Amino acid sequence: MNEKELEILEILEGNARTPLATIADMMEMEKHEVEKIVKSLEERDIILNYQAVINWDHVPSNDGVTAMIDVKVAPKREIGFDGVAERIYRFPEVKAVYLMSGAYDLSVQIEGKTMKEVAFFVSKKLSTLDSVLSTTTHFLLKKYKHDGVIFEPEQKDKRAVVSP
Amino acid sequence: MKQLSSKNYLSETARSIKPSGIRKFFDLANEMEGVVSLGVGEPDFVTSWNICEAAYASMESGYTSYSANAGLLELRQEISTYLQKQFQLEYKAEKEIIVTTGASQAIDIAFRALVDPGDEVLIAEPGFVAYAPIVQLAGGIPVPVPTTADNHFKLTVEQLESHINEKTKMVLLCFPNNPTGATLDREELKKLAAVIRRHDLLVLSDEIYAELSYDQSHCSIASLPEMAERTVVISGFSKAFAMTGWRLGYLAGPEPLLQAMLKIHQYTMMCAPTIAQHGALEALRNGREDVDKMVASYRRRRNYFVKASNRIGLPCHMPGGAFYAFPSIRETGLTSEQFAEQLLQEEKVAVVPGSVFGAGGEGHVRCSYAASMEALQTAIERIGRFVEKRL
Ligand SMILES: Cc1ncc(COP(=O)(O)O)c(C=O)c1O
Repeated sequence: MNEKELEILEILEGNARTPLATIADMMEMEKHEVEKIVKSLEERDIILNYQAVINWDHVPSNDGVTAMIDVKVAPKREIGFDGVAERIYRFPEVKAVYLMSGAYDLSVQIEGKTMKEVAFFVSKKLSTLDSVLSTTTHFLLKKYKHDGVIFEPEQKDKRAVVSP
Repeated sequence: MKQLSSKNYLSETARSIKPSGIRKFFDLANEMEGVVSLGVGEPDFVTSWNICEAAYASMESGYTSYSANAGLLELRQEISTYLQKQFQLEYKAEKEIIVTTGASQAIDIAFRALVDPGDEVLIAEPGFVAYAPIVQLAGGIPVPVPTTADNHFKLTVEQLESHINEKTKMVLLCFPNNPTGATLDREELKKLAAVIRRHDLLVLSDEIYAELSYDQSHCSIASLPEMAERTVVISGFSKAFAMTGWRLGYLAGPEPLLQAMLKIHQYTMMCAPTIAQHGALEALRNGREDVDKMVASYRRRRNYFVKASNRIGLPCHMPGGAFYAFPSIRETGLTSEQFAEQLLQEEKVAVVPGSVFGAGGEGHVRCSYAASMEALQTAIERIGRFVEKRL
């Protein structure tokens, strides 16, 4: 990983829609050079996806719920943590899975339409997995900051329009 | 209220000071909705949270009184270490550094301590709008030394020397420069320093944009041989640490000069704001990473904006520092004031006419690229459309 690659990642992480030509200008490079680097970052599975950060709370029809579930597991010899994690992350309602140090092993993020739906998933699908010892479910009430983006209040430019 | 006639009651000095050309522009732009502003002379970052937090904590601990006149000793020690590490400058915290209420106040007390009525002060222009009025307030005579676009607005030995006479007392240098972004490297400074020594002049070096040097690290004229004793360095926290509203700057220089400035500072300011000084301590101790990130971000925006400006027909040299581009608008046939005014009315983009920055500024406008990439892209689109109609 060289400095140019890192800088391009930084730019795209800030705004995935920055045109390649603009990145080229920002970095005093040619567009085709930037294009080549981005392609290589994609091929090496460093850039996985170009996503928008959405504040779903501002979408009127959205009334889904998100839960963070602490899962304790007893990994089986043949499959280990990775195998258990895979059994979990294959479910489409699972949005994120992390292996954690500390009081529990896997942190699982679930999105559902209602609390009932999430509870149902936990009791019927997650807890019933062979290796799962216990679960603790926390419902997410409000998102303040996500992926480095502060959701509210709006971050306005507070400077005067013209100054020396 | 009934008005007294200003002619009879205002001091002659106050009347002789020209109102800032920027003010008029501010009033115009401020009334409009939807303006994309490239007119701002300050960072678009807010102060790093750890700095704000340190200021809160100092208030909680009851640090709400005056500090020592010259500033918290701890802060002066940090400034001393910082100047040594960043710019190889040697100043003792006890006698050679004064913490001020912004670089603005530093400029004020420096001129007041060094200028007698009739003394001439050479000022490289285009330059920051406050220098000439402050020299006048101190009774001195500001003498503009124009820098030009073909030299990328660098001050040349020839220009400097041709303005020196027996009344010349000192030279004000500001590189990286507001509004041109011009920088001077060690070799260029050496040549100026030789002239300055030969004529036995003092230097006031406003290095507030030093950290914002993009192509090579900043060289201070005070770090050159035999220059420290005749140079007063001015800097501050406004630009590099995104702390404009905190009002904190400093002076560093030889003890005899600084002690005279301290006398004026004692009577006119007491001390710089104590709470801000505690924030600044944190800035110097733990702010390096954020400064580097901000500098990298300005550099990218500079590269984008200057390239784009050239592309849409406004020729612009690549500025080495600060956060300003200073493109030429001559091809449009407009004066810089007409250009800025019409651009604001037609396309709602605020830039500052080069003429307000003094000699040599006409024919250019100052565009601050301390604005979001989105704002810069929109501005380029609008300026492009505006320019196209006039070329
Ligand atoms: C060249 C220059 N010097 C000094 C200042 C004043 O800085 P401060 O906020 O520290 O008073 C500015 C601010 O725009 C500036 O551009």
